[in-house]
Amino acid sequence: MYSETVMDHFRNPRNVGVIKDADGVGEVGNPLCGDMMTIYLKIEQERIRDIKFQTFGCGAAIAVSSMLTEMAKGKSLADAKKISNRDVAKALEGLPKNKLHCSNLGADALHQAIQDYEARISGKGKAEPKRKETHEHTHGDKCYCPYCDAEVPEGETFCSACQNDLVEIH
Amino acid sequence: MTAINLDHLSANPLLPEVKDAMIEAIRADYGNPSSQHRIGDRAAEALDAARQSVARLINSPTSKEVVFTSGGTESVNHAIKGVALAHSDRGKHIVTSNIEHNAVLRSLRRLKLLDFKVTSVPVDEYGRVNPADVAEAVTDQTILVTIMHSNNEIGTVQPIEEIAAVTRERKVIFHTDAVDSVGVIPVDVQKLGVNLLSFSSNTFYGPTGVGGLYVRRGTKVWPLLDGGVQEHNKRAGTENLLGIIGMGVAAEAALRDMDRRIAHASGLRGKLMETLPQYVNGFIFNGHPEEVLPNLVSVSIKYVEGESIVLMLDDEGIAVSTRSACAAGALQASHVLLSIGREFADAQGTLVVSFGLENTEEDVIRFLEALKGTVKTLREISPLYNGEAVNE
Repeated sequence: MYSETVMDHFRNPRNVGVIKDADGVGEVGNPLCGDMMTIYLKIEQERIRDIKFQTFGCGAAIAVSSMLTEMAKGKSLADAKKISNRDVAKALEGLPKNKLHCSNLGADALHQAIQDYEARISGKGKAEPKRKETHEHTHGDKCYCPYCDAEVPEGETFCSACQNDLVEIH
Repeated sequence: MTAINLDHLSANPLLPEVKDAMIEAIRADYGNPSSQHRIGDRAAEALDAARQSVARLINSPTSKEVVFTSGGTESVNHAIKGVALAHSDRGKHIVTSNIEHNAVLRSLRRLKLLDFKVTSVPVDEYGRVNPADVAEAVTDQTILVTIMHSNNEIGTVQPIEEIAAVTRERKVIFHTDAVDSVGVIPVDVQKLGVNLLSFSSNTFYGPTGVGGLYVRRGTKVWPLLDGGVQEHNKRAGTENLLGIIGMGVAAEAALRDMDRRIAHASGLRGKLMETLPQYVNGFIFNGHPEEVLPNLVSVSIKYVEGESIVLMLDDEGIAVSTRSACAAGALQASHVLLSIGREFADAQGTLVVSFGLENTEEDVIRFLEALKGTVKTLREISPLYNGEAVNE
């Protein structure tokens, strides 16, 4: 199911852990949609000197976190902001369609960590962790039906392509 | 290091005697059981023998009440949609439970598009339906109650006889999805008192692609497939004789060996549940403590996600299953685990271990050793874990 690169990053995740005196922290996801990710940044001269992550999630989510930290490490903040979810998925040699939401989590966590850093240095104080309650607000990209791979709008509970419920009936 | 299969719910290997019988059947070049000549007669005899074996397994009073299908999914679809179509003039209300298999859920979903109304009764913390809730849900419009015999995620066995007492009194047809029960634990359609019962061959080491639907005499059910008059006019199409022969042999073996198989599986189940605390902390067992399948353990492991555990154990040659939303691709936690009150995060870390004939206590210990390392590694990565985990 997963590419060799995904499995490598899943088996040997890079940059796992916590930075206790982090300059910026980004938290995204919630267990409701499957994954939670925290990114810690150490910034020096507007450059990411160190980055670490913690992830609760599937193989794809862990691999995405690991790859993201490798891509971001050493980059200027300006360049790091340009890292997109698509870039991470591409670097991993692709993800199954219904796992693309895991890659969305990665770049979002990084961007939030950078925002957190910028808020702190601009004197606005530490931004509140952005652990949102619903799937639809945690990431902006496309969602796909897990049964037929058709694109479904955010928050949709019924796939019009294959007529399947995305929320079980009760 | 040999591979360890602890995911028998996903697939069972064929019994050697089933393989032999099927290979022999391939060599025999059976004809069509419906033909009027000798070649056909021979096929019809083989079909009849298999039907009798399967009927004995579920203690059906006559083999005429057994309909061969393409598997558990077809049986369930046939039972639910067949009853709905045959009785819609009488009412359009169906009662089910919150923890049914997708074959049931989605069949009902389809019927809802045709204006059927569905009432789903809750389950308790162990996943058991209260028959009184079923009695309360049944109205004068109710044509069908469909409640599973045992659950495929947590193993809980339902009080089917008591629910059947309700449906009998209210004169409502009762179907039970017994796909994970038949051939594993004693299932007696006469004692249960159901009208319809779905089951599958692979559950008891027969081939996939074949299953059965018990239809009690007098129960009006429309066929899903129209065509010839095969299967007593209940399921058209030339029979999958190779598969059916395999299923017949598997049914004989299941009946013959059932006590031994239950003792073996229960032993492994007990070993795993007793020994797990020595290897991992912070877990919750799911399912009823007594009314449960002997060959399944469902356990939610805190602060870690199931698909990651499955992938890591696979690297060590151990196959288990998970009910994590991520692995299912559905991006939603299991409706069964949520129905018994699990938190979303705990549902995400749920493993289903299912034992088979070849498993040993050594397999259980090797699994636990591997699980210990896997959980430790994943908790070190997890933002939910703060260094402590307590059992609930």
